[in-house]
Amino acid sequence: MDLNLSPDDVAFRDRVRAFLATELPADIRERTLSGTRFEAGDVRRWQRILHDHGWGAVHWPAEFGGLQSTPIQQYLFELECALAGAPIQLAFGLRMLGPVLMRYGSPVQQQRFLPRILSGEDWWCQGYSEPGAGSDLASLKTTAVQNGDHYVVNGQKCWNTLGQFADWIFCLVRTDGTAKPQRGISLLLIDMKTPGITVRPTVLLDGTPEVNEIWLQDVRVPVENRIGEENQGWTYAKFLLGHERANIAGIGASKRELLRLKRLAARQRRGGQPVIDDPDFRRRLARVEIDLLALEYTNLRMLSAPANSPSAGIAASILKIRGSEIRQALSELLVEALGTAALRFAAHPVADAADAEDDGSAGLTAAYLNLRKLSIFGGSNEIQKNIISQTLIGL
Amino acid sequence: MDFSFTDEQELLLDNARRFVAERYGFAARKHILASADGYSAAVWKELADLGFLALNVPEADGGLGAGPVETMLVSMVVGEGLLVEPFLSSAVLATRTLATLGSAEQRARWLPKLAGGELIATLVLEAGYGRDGHDAIRAAGDAGGWELSGRVPVVYHAGIADLLLVAASTGATPGEPDAVFAVPAGAPGLHLASCTTVDGQVAADVELRGVRVEKSARVGGDARLGLAAVVDYGLFALCAEAIGALDRTLATTVEYTKTRNQFGGPIARFQALQHRMVDMLMRIEQARSLVYLAASRCDDADGEERERALSAAKVLVADAARFVGQQAVQLHGGMGVSDEVAISHYFKRLLAAEIRFGSSDAHLGRYERRLSAG
Repeated sequence: MDLNLSPDDVAFRDRVRAFLATELPADIRERTLSGTRFEAGDVRRWQRILHDHGWGAVHWPAEFGGLQSTPIQQYLFELECALAGAPIQLAFGLRMLGPVLMRYGSPVQQQRFLPRILSGEDWWCQGYSEPGAGSDLASLKTTAVQNGDHYVVNGQKCWNTLGQFADWIFCLVRTDGTAKPQRGISLLLIDMKTPGITVRPTVLLDGTPEVNEIWLQDVRVPVENRIGEENQGWTYAKFLLGHERANIAGIGASKRELLRLKRLAARQRRGGQPVIDDPDFRRRLARVEIDLLALEYTNLRMLSAPANSPSAGIAASILKIRGSEIRQALSELLVEALGTAALRFAAHPVADAADAEDDGSAGLTAAYLNLRKLSIFGGSNEIQKNIISQTLIGL
Repeated sequence: MDFSFTDEQELLLDNARRFVAERYGFAARKHILASADGYSAAVWKELADLGFLALNVPEADGGLGAGPVETMLVSMVVGEGLLVEPFLSSAVLATRTLATLGSAEQRARWLPKLAGGELIATLVLEAGYGRDGHDAIRAAGDAGGWELSGRVPVVYHAGIADLLLVAASTGATPGEPDAVFAVPAGAPGLHLASCTTVDGQVAADVELRGVRVEKSARVGGDARLGLAAVVDYGLFALCAEAIGALDRTLATTVEYTKTRNQFGGPIARFQALQHRMVDMLMRIEQARSLVYLAASRCDDADGEERERALSAAKVLVADAARFVGQQAVQLHGGMGVSDEVAISHYFKRLLAAEIRFGSSDAHLGRYERRLSAG
């Protein structure tokens, strides 16, 4: 047991830091660190920069243009990027569809789609949830009927994240209505410009249109855009959701938010003293820092030593649950540290120049509202507990 | 970064577990608890033969000079088996006190015997992190030696110890022990009021009424830093012990709910119970991660880093001990409150682990005082 980074990993981390110091644009960094709202342009621009310098997909195999880093190095990359104020990398192409294409896609599909995911040219979104199919995803009803060399797709998707910017959507559809729910599903890749697709924003509780409803009406999709075999889509969907674990805990983002919380609490005053000197607040701050420390080392355990870890299946679920809970706890403390000022709601802090020097505090209430999603999406925390329970109890 | 154990460490773990499985079943333990001594001298001898008591004795003093991981693994098994023998008291706390602070003569005199199990020692110190220290033992020096007075309640294994290492304040730093003195059992003025602890271990309230010791009985000089390090090491071993007890508590509970039938099937099929057990698992895994971190920090020369890691571990271990212990009893239903079923014994061990070496609150306080600004 040696919980220090290896010399190789230290060297890797230093290369990441050096790259971020010179190549992360100051304006993007400013927007991320001040907690202002998501900018699609920043995400595209940053992915392009990463790609140009060979950092486009540290977790991808070299044969597909990735850096083929170890899980620990992937973790370090995410951590350093988050702390430095880099925008997120879109998971839909890089972490979800990419690995599915590598595993189940045809060589033609791989050559067509993977390079454009890596470079950021294609923005992918996910067509999974439906009004009647959330946690019970296999009950989805969107149909795809084959007609010659095309499928004709009809149905409705919802809770589609950032689809308003997307060039493509990977979509679960029902291709056999007579089989058991899980056996009649296929995975199709659909060009968002195809006639018959309507995207309608859903305004969330923080006032932003982060997700969409997507209506598909007689949308014609070439059969060649199906992943793998017909009616095997459930297998691919599960692979897709279970694949990513290096960053599922979101340690980097939570560490960044913890630092933001300490800065804010040092600046805000309550009862004549800085909030950070309030004994009750300090104990809660200490507790969340301890929880984050435990999650960080649980994450590292699971990435580096399968021998001393719970099995990979439950590891991802534990990290997802605790990662979301801690991030939410931090967002609560940020709102509390703000006190009465948290009532002044700014749904669009980007435009709120008056608060520009205020370390993004104008957006903290909106962030608290927005982050309730963390314990709901990607398999709700209750579903994650069901998954863990299957391994733990095995009934 | 590497969380794996070496082959030798895996072997150590296997040996310890095999010993507990063969020699320390529920009935055997019950027999030991009911015995006059309250521990098994035979088991103690076997633990020595297995080398466990030599782990914390430096190689130069005839021991194994093992690192924190070995102490952690054996402590975990001590917790799994609910051993009541003085591994933590004698083989960790007292042994490390002598190894850290002792003179060459003191080390040569006692450490080989501690390693061989021929001598049992214990550290007399109320390790209460954040306690007032008003009950600390005072040491008054004069030409002839030292005179020790004071009282420490509930010192584990004090009544069966041949040697008591008494932490005392010489007055140079009021309230805080800055010296350690070796006091043999039976010394005039040494009064022990025996008791049994809630987790079934033997202990005693130790009172010293003007106990006279010679100058040579002092173990080391200014002992403040050394004692802090030793006590943190004991805290680390206690946390590891709790992880072992927590693992068995959860496994026992899962097994019980799978075999207990109500409403026509095992109660483990109910989601309310499944999610509770998942919550127990998650608490244990988070606590375990910090105990691993503590293993890599408990030898740190940097006191701040060590204290932060150890206190963080104790906060999560203590909270897990309470939550997992209580829920295990709850999920066992009526069986959970029976003395005849192992789970209530784990519950009591976990309660003791929560209380000993400072509560969750005390350690959250110590961590909070060391919060970094950035």
